[in-house]
Amino acid sequence: MSNLKIASHNPGRKLFSSKIATVVVWVTTVIWTIPTLGLFVTSFKADKEILNEPWWVSLFNPNFTLSSYKGVFFGDSSESLSNGVLPYFINSIVITLPATVFPIVIATMAAYALAWIRFRGSDFIFFFIFALQIVPLQMALIPLLLLFTGGAHIGSVTIFPALGIAGDFAGIWLPHTMFALPLAIYLLHNFIASLPRDLMEAAHVDGANHFKVFRMIVLPLSIPGIAAIAIFQFMWVWNDLLVALTFASGTEEVAPINSKLASLVGQYGSGKALFITQRPLKVIHQ
Amino acid sequence: MSEFVSTTITKFTSVFSAIAFFFIVLGILFALAGRANGKKARPIALVIFLAPSLVLLLAGLIIPGIRTILFSFMNPDSNDWVGFDNYTWMLEDPNVKTIMVNTILWILVVPIFTAALGLLLAIMLDRIKHESIPKSLLFMPMAISFVGASIIFKFVYEFRDPGEVQIGLLSAIVEFLGGTPKDWMLSKPLNTFLLMIIYVWTQMGFGMVILSAAIKAVPADIVEASALDGAHGWRLFRNITFPMIKGTFIVVLATGVVGALKVFDIVRTMTGGNFSTNVLANEMYSQVFVQFDQGKGSALAVILFLLLTPILIYNIRSLRMERSHS
Repeated sequence: MSNLKIASHNPGRKLFSSKIATVVVWVTTVIWTIPTLGLFVTSFKADKEILNEPWWVSLFNPNFTLSSYKGVFFGDSSESLSNGVLPYFINSIVITLPATVFPIVIATMAAYALAWIRFRGSDFIFFFIFALQIVPLQMALIPLLLLFTGGAHIGSVTIFPALGIAGDFAGIWLPHTMFALPLAIYLLHNFIASLPRDLMEAAHVDGANHFKVFRMIVLPLSIPGIAAIAIFQFMWVWNDLLVALTFASGTEEVAPINSKLASLVGQYGSGKALFITQRPLKVIHQ
Repeated sequence: MSEFVSTTITKFTSVFSAIAFFFIVLGILFALAGRANGKKARPIALVIFLAPSLVLLLAGLIIPGIRTILFSFMNPDSNDWVGFDNYTWMLEDPNVKTIMVNTILWILVVPIFTAALGLLLAIMLDRIKHESIPKSLLFMPMAISFVGASIIFKFVYEFRDPGEVQIGLLSAIVEFLGGTPKDWMLSKPLNTFLLMIIYVWTQMGFGMVILSAAIKAVPADIVEASALDGAHGWRLFRNITFPMIKGTFIVVLATGVVGALKVFDIVRTMTGGNFSTNVLANEMYSQVFVQFDQGKGSALAVILFLLLTPILIYNIRSLRMERSHS
């Protein structure tokens, strides 16, 4: 009987005995963690040893130093890292904060409108936005870049002037905001639509308009959903390479750390110098 | 150093003024529009809530998407029509053939491995003590960017000439087992699969966490009832648990297909698309920003989009079903 009771809490039970499951899970976990561990150990090694000694040997022959971290943060003699990566790290923060705040706020507003200010065609718009989720970034890249650099024209008539924000922070915030909207609106709509109807009606009866309901009821109650989506959006922007490569020039002024990492790999190829700077970069990056 | 400090201050000032400006504009709009009453109040509210999203989607996805389709029928500088030339190029060029084969391999192998491994671990995690420790360790690579993950695996796949000490883990293991290590990134078709491992390594945790949550959400009384009816082990899983988490499993599969189709960072960082590892998304970027051929780049983007439409149709159908039930 007790066996049955446990089974009821664990639908997958009996498929594998608990011992096999424990072994398999832990072996997989160890395998999954080893590459990161290798990076971590390597980041504390001196330049020369990185190239001559496998990291798992160093583990038993510890001779660790912080020189890689020093080089990465404060610059070293190599040309590509003369100022260290701190400027790029700051660029990443500068890009990611607004690129998370803007789409989430705008998407929350749209989700509220689609869920609680019903109108003819609101279902159609919702389905359309849902469908836009699948449009790959690549579909919009070229025309968007042209719009930022050259404006929009029909024939010789300029209908939209060049925004002049290519290679500027605003030129990275805007694409990130645009590309994030479909998924954010869809997820927030699910969340906001499930708020209790009575609450909204009571507020309207008390004379609150949509703006007040949005600020006083919808926003506070949606915080868990908003937070979850914001974390994903933050990670997405932080780890993005395609938008950064396209809309930010690779310079210290605007390029985020991820594109700097990619360009460092490119410069050194699979050459040996790669390892000198890559390891510690990755640790802080994460 | 002082220059660094001053540019940093400028950068942060621009961030905070941008965010402040954004909220002030919203605040003023809300305050002004909130004063409207009577018949106009509803449409005004609707416009203010919905217009920003619609304008951004129109300018950022819909119009550019249409222009990309038009560009795909134009020359490299997008100022003259060339008919289907950019598409016939794809059929004729042997490189594109390799790219297509690789892309199809990616969308077949990667989602199946990611989802199957995720499901297996989710089931097993459900059966062990202290599950949160392995769970978070397995999920951790998800927080690393593809570029970062590629760098980690460059180290794993590093190769030294025979005779030297192998500092790459893979080479060292092969040597330990008595084999001869080779330059992994140059040996096709193995290299494409080695790149796929990087993707599976980062994304498996996502599938695992979602499937694990789905398994835990299977109602206990259903499982109990079927256990009383004599369903155990594999039968219980196949007939009860799996049908109930099938929807989640398909979501994980579909996410894998979409991600694998758009994979760009890994290929670019590891091989730059050389040695027969190129894929559609990377070739699209190279055509546009290396070869400066907007026509071919756009055509490749359109193919990418077409490959995603089955998922789009499936998603819309299941959303319809979901809505009609509620």
